[in-house]
Amino acid sequence: MMPKMTISVPHEGAAGLTGAWRTFRPVVNRDVCNKCGICAMFCPDAVIDPDTLEIDLVYCKGCGICANECPKKCIEMVREEH
Amino acid sequence: MSGKLTMSTGNKAVAAAAKMAKPVVVAAYPITPQTEIIETIADYVASGEMDARYIPVESEHSAMTACIGASITGVRVFTATSSHGLLYMHEMLHWAAGARLPIVMGQVNRTLAPGWNIWAEHTDALSQRDTGWLQIYVSTVQEAYDATLMAFRIAEDTRVLLPVMINMDGFLLSHIMQPFEMTEPGDFIPPLNLPHKIDVLDPKGYGAMSPANVHYQFRFDMEKSMRASRTVIDETETEFKKRFGRTYKPVDEYLTEDADVIIIALGTLGKEAEVAADLLRKEGIKAGVMRIRWFRPFPLDMNIKGKELVVIDRDYSFGFGGVIAGEIQARYPDAKIASIIAGLGGQEVTYEDMAAFVKNRKTGTEFWFGIPQEEQ
Repeated sequence: MMPKMTISVPHEGAAGLTGAWRTFRPVVNRDVCNKCGICAMFCPDAVIDPDTLEIDLVYCKGCGICANECPKKCIEMVREEH
Repeated sequence: MSGKLTMSTGNKAVAAAAKMAKPVVVAAYPITPQTEIIETIADYVASGEMDARYIPVESEHSAMTACIGASITGVRVFTATSSHGLLYMHEMLHWAAGARLPIVMGQVNRTLAPGWNIWAEHTDALSQRDTGWLQIYVSTVQEAYDATLMAFRIAEDTRVLLPVMINMDGFLLSHIMQPFEMTEPGDFIPPLNLPHKIDVLDPKGYGAMSPANVHYQFRFDMEKSMRASRTVIDETETEFKKRFGRTYKPVDEYLTEDADVIIIALGTLGKEAEVAADLLRKEGIKAGVMRIRWFRPFPLDMNIKGKELVVIDRDYSFGFGGVIAGEIQARYPDAKIASIIAGLGGQEVTYEDMAAFVKNRKTGTEFWFGIPQEEQ
């Protein structure tokens, strides 16, 4: 018999469309980027594709960790205009 | 008893029973008078007699946390503590029960400070009564051993899935030696099959938010299991008698049938009270004893109608009264109780003292043993 208790099943977007939380949006200067992939490694929400390095703005919260870690300083945090 | 007898302390018997149950993880922190339990288990593990992972943690809070972490993986887990150690676990006791983990714990009853006192008292465990743990109080070395074996089977039954605490009086039972039969349980304790165990191939989040519109359902499910545990306890004790010949019931009764007055107590006091009943009967007073073994779930069908009760509490709830006297009065509103507070901090209570409690009883009053009448 399964006891009744709090068990959640992880799934994409379990916390909702977290991109709506964003105040600053990461904008990548692809001319300067050398595709080292450090941004994807540091992204706490895993919204940067490790192969293409495209940022999924539906879930990116705009924390800016990628911009801070980027050794080429080619990610700029730009204020969202809602 | 038919098998070979071994001399043992209560502590060593609990450790031996834990070994027989083959837990996979034991996490514990030493505290007087429990130390001998986990020292013995550490020896079993070190010598290879017991194939378990022994985690020597830095505190009781961590001990219970490690037990919770191990138990959620679906393995059998054992720990032991006492007194302040139990209180330090308090938060995690609620967690273990709420997470529906069948952890089994040896608990040696000891007084709470200040002042420092290592002798027997029940306030430590009784103050944990609302945590969702099943609680049993034992009175002999054999019973400590048998109750520990049965605890695993009861806790792990899928109708229960709640942790069980085996309570044993500090020194009066933990450190005295008695002969006992170290019964091999065989398949008496079936393999554990935890329905909600962690599965890395099917990952889930545990302890997620439970909002106000559902949380009460989890709590009611715990209470349903606590109620169902009465049946599981009966089945387990019946099966134990069938296999090993020793009889146990939620309330152990001695000469109660024709008794006019019944002494009610827990643990070793409840056993000693049998001698008091014999003594009183020699003097023509029809006395009997009810020793409450299972305190949680609390016994529902105590046959106390028309009898006077002398309830001995080795505990106290300040601003209220003796815990056991209060619980009996709440469950059985017609009960005629003389409440005795005796044995706090290991205060010596002999069978002659208990016989005197009966002879001097005043129903509806509370009497603190040792305190002058004018101060009561």
